[in-house]
Amino acid sequence: MLGEGILKGMAETARNFAGSFVSAERLTTVQYPEQRIPPAEDARVFPFLVYDGADWLAGLRCVACQICEKECPPKCIYIEKSKDKKPDFVGKPQFYPARFDIDVSVCMSCQICVEVCPFEAIKMDNEFELATDDRFGGLLYDCEKLAKSNEYYHCIHPTEAKEVDAKLADEKAKHEAKAAAQAATAKPVASAPRAEGGA
Amino acid sequence: MAANLDRVFILLRDWLIGFLPAAIRPAAGVVLGVIAIVCVFPGLFALTTVFERKGLGRMQNRIGPNRVGPFGLFQPVADGIKALIKEDIVPVTADAVVHFLAPLTLVIAVFMEFAVLPMGRNMALVDMGSGLLFFFAMSASTELSVFMAGWSSRNKYSMLGAMRAIAQMISYEIVLVLSSVTVVMIAGSLSLPKIVDAQNHYTGVFPHWYIFTPWGFAACLMFAVAATAETNRSPFDLPEGESELVAGYHTEYSGFKFALFFLGEYLAMFSVSGLGATLFLGGWSAPFSFLAFIPSWFWFFSKVMLSIFVFIWVRGTLPRLRQDQLMNFAWKFALPFTLLDLLVTALWHFLGAGWQRWVFCTVILVAAYVLMGLGQERHKRIGHRTYRYAD
Amino acid sequence: MNAVFYLLAAITIAGGLAAILLKHLIHAALAVTVAFGGIALLFLQLDAQFVGFAQFLVYIGAVAILIVFAILLTHGAELPREGVFSKSWITALIIAAGVFAVTGWAVLQSVDAVPQRNTVPAVSVHDIGNALVGRYVLPLEIVGLLLTAATIGAVIVAMLEKERSR
Repeated sequence: MLGEGILKGMAETARNFAGSFVSAERLTTVQYPEQRIPPAEDARVFPFLVYDGADWLAGLRCVACQICEKECPPKCIYIEKSKDKKPDFVGKPQFYPARFDIDVSVCMSCQICVEVCPFEAIKMDNEFELATDDRFGGLLYDCEKLAKSNEYYHCIHPTEAKEVDAKLADEKAKHEAKAAAQAATAKPVASAPRAEGGA
Repeated sequence: MAANLDRVFILLRDWLIGFLPAAIRPAAGVVLGVIAIVCVFPGLFALTTVFERKGLGRMQNRIGPNRVGPFGLFQPVADGIKALIKEDIVPVTADAVVHFLAPLTLVIAVFMEFAVLPMGRNMALVDMGSGLLFFFAMSASTELSVFMAGWSSRNKYSMLGAMRAIAQMISYEIVLVLSSVTVVMIAGSLSLPKIVDAQNHYTGVFPHWYIFTPWGFAACLMFAVAATAETNRSPFDLPEGESELVAGYHTEYSGFKFALFFLGEYLAMFSVSGLGATLFLGGWSAPFSFLAFIPSWFWFFSKVMLSIFVFIWVRGTLPRLRQDQLMNFAWKFALPFTLLDLLVTALWHFLGAGWQRWVFCTVILVAAYVLMGLGQERHKRIGHRTYRYAD
Repeated sequence: MNAVFYLLAAITIAGGLAAILLKHLIHAALAVTVAFGGIALLFLQLDAQFVGFAQFLVYIGAVAILIVFAILLTHGAELPREGVFSKSWITALIIAAGVFAVTGWAVLQSVDAVPQRNTVPAVSVHDIGNALVGRYVLPLEIVGLLLTAATIGAVIVAMLEKERSR
């Protein structure tokens, strides 16, 4: 009958109207900024540099290989390699970035830098409340601002961080096994008890 | 005590004009009434804008504006300040005089409509013998202002919007007038206070409002549809739909002139709701005889606000009608149904009191509605919905 | 009430003159609407409420809209290339003067024919209604037939256009 659809529609809207005062499913508003929805685990905004341990300078995983700088589509990363080297997480001396700048006003959050990094050094952050009134300097993040700890990485992306930690532990174990094997083959007689002690 | 509360505004007016010399008292009384209307209805308009936004929000599972005051109630103040401080842009090629006069004409015509509405016992500003005709005359003048707005902007979108708006308003004006004529036939007068008096009796507890009669219900339905179309309200808001025509005939208006158009539209909504309340819902009479101690102006404004709520409810529910669907509906369904309703009203009058007239009139109207509704839906063979996905 | 009458008459005549003298056709249409409004107010001044409001409703609400639509749909809104005034204006002036003379003479004659009273007879809507279906029922029915013919004609014209467009 003519008008039936209208009445059904009006009943539904009335249900919405009345229900919005009593039930949460009929009022889905989250009143930002007083209330916030926790972001999804895969949410990503801008990159950050991971460091292990307490000291960001010593524990920074980045070795300034500059792969991310080359792969970045809008070219928002600027890296200057250091002159000296510092030991990385397996102990091997590596370069480190004297300068690592990301211009987040250019960054398009494509995550390519994360995908190509061989050292699990750069990951995606999910912090988005970054508005500032300094349009140019305020949106140019340097190495200190970008460096965040591994614990923070565990907080925001737990599953990923666990996998990365497992992978890095594997690599470290392999490296140590290789070092032990090399030490064993280099000094087979004299270092045998020492190698057994160290393996 | 109840009688005094009922007459509180009249007593207030009499007390105020008592300070003036006797010669100018009648004129001063009218001027005070005008001042009251000019203060009350725009105030109600401000409240309605915020309640509309919050009501629509709740119907759409969200909260409306809630930042500007307690529960967002000062939002119209913010909106008003914004409208006032905006730059008043008049296009270079626009016709400046007509462009300026269009919102004025609209607001003047709409304010005049309030002069005949009986807002309480003895509270109609002017009791004219042909009050209803005056109302429709003013409502016809609003069409002219719509045209002036659309044409003077020298903008094709505005012109298109104005043409569509006028076509829609003229078509539905006929339906509006004819459904009011049914009430006039039974009440026997064009004067609105007399129409309210004709409805102000009770059998037992129940009132004799015309909406409780079969012809009155049908006429009220048609009146409601036509009123929604006259004031360009959703679902009939094609002339000003943002997604179709930018803003239709008020595209080129900014700042205060746009606020005046907005004001005019909402005030037209109030006045046509007031007319509907007067004609079909008994005006200022109470719904049950034992509630008659509550002042009459309270009932009138409650009915008006109820109608406004229904307007908002319908806006939140229905999608916009296309121009041809709208015109089709007016000429092929609404008008024939209203004419039939006229005949049924005459039948009601001539059959005399008794249960027969209730049965006959109801049966005729329901049958006509169902048959004509089938006729309207005949063309729409809407099958099962299929989807094509890109693979 | 003389001052009011002169004011309203001035408005009406101004509207009429503007309608003739303005170059832009839509401005002229709006000026003639002002003239209609003036006539309606003159009716109201004579206490003819029904006719006054009907004048508003019909002339301003429908006829003026019709005029503007006709102007817009027939490209009349463009400014004319040649002059607006006709070349045979002397003939037109003579004819107009003749019509005005005849009408004026008829009006002045009728002033003597109708008995002059100090008060305007109160004609209510009831009386108009009674007269329409009593004494003037034949003109009412003829006007109804005329309107029916016009409506049928409009429907036929619209239908034919639909046929042709298919």
